[in-house]
Amino acid sequence: MRDSVSTSVRLRLVYLARLREALSSSGETFELTTQERPSVSSVVAALRARGGPWAAELATGRAVRFAVNHRLVRDDHPVADGDEVAIFPPVTGG
Amino acid sequence: MPVRVQTEDFDAGAEIARLRAGDRGVGAIATFIGTVRDQHDDAPVTALTLEHYPGMTEAALQEIVDEARRRFDVRNALVVHRVGALAPGDQIVLVVVSSAHRGMAFDACAFVMDLLKTRAPFWKKERLPDGERWVEARASDDEAAARW
Repeated sequence: MRDSVSTSVRLRLVYLARLREALSSSGETFELTTQERPSVSSVVAALRARGGPWAAELATGRAVRFAVNHRLVRDDHPVADGDEVAIFPPVTGG
Repeated sequence: MPVRVQTEDFDAGAEIARLRAGDRGVGAIATFIGTVRDQHDDAPVTALTLEHYPGMTEAALQEIVDEARRRFDVRNALVVHRVGALAPGDQIVLVVVSSAHRGMAFDACAFVMDLLKTRAPFWKKERLPDGERWVEARASDDEAAARW
């Protein structure tokens, strides 16, 4: 059996608008340890595992959008050490 | 600056005059102004708060303007979007596009608004007589952006 290699990245997470209120947090420093290639999806999975509002707000099927370093991305986008990852509802400006 | 995010109101006439000043190649200027309605889904809206994502907002707007310049024959373009506390009747957003001819000006102006609606990180929260609620995104906005 091969040893699985785990990766650890330190991220800045930002929660905005309805999510900030539902999660009672505007953001946090987050250490993600994963055995897969670290992505937005792995961050969401780790947050969902906290349960409570995290599981409810980030449940599969909920409309959630992501930005990595201020650019809109899909959830398969990779994340690297030092990245700012923002999680928010679909935008409603204009 | 072709994009601005601000709490203060804007003067569309002054912005248009500045945008077209000295450019005699302009033959058409299209303008869009979005304002706060006093109703939403049959509920009376008494106030509106606009939140954004500082740091990303300006970059997202600039990217939309840059994309409009690549796609259309735009001579100059401006986006001003307000944030903070607003009231029914207040102005929210201004888009001005100048071009040689009207077709490009109309199209570029609509393009900027359609992309802004789906890509620029702003969120509206409405105050109703019985409390507050976050405005939900509309599928029709995604469809409008997808047509480009």
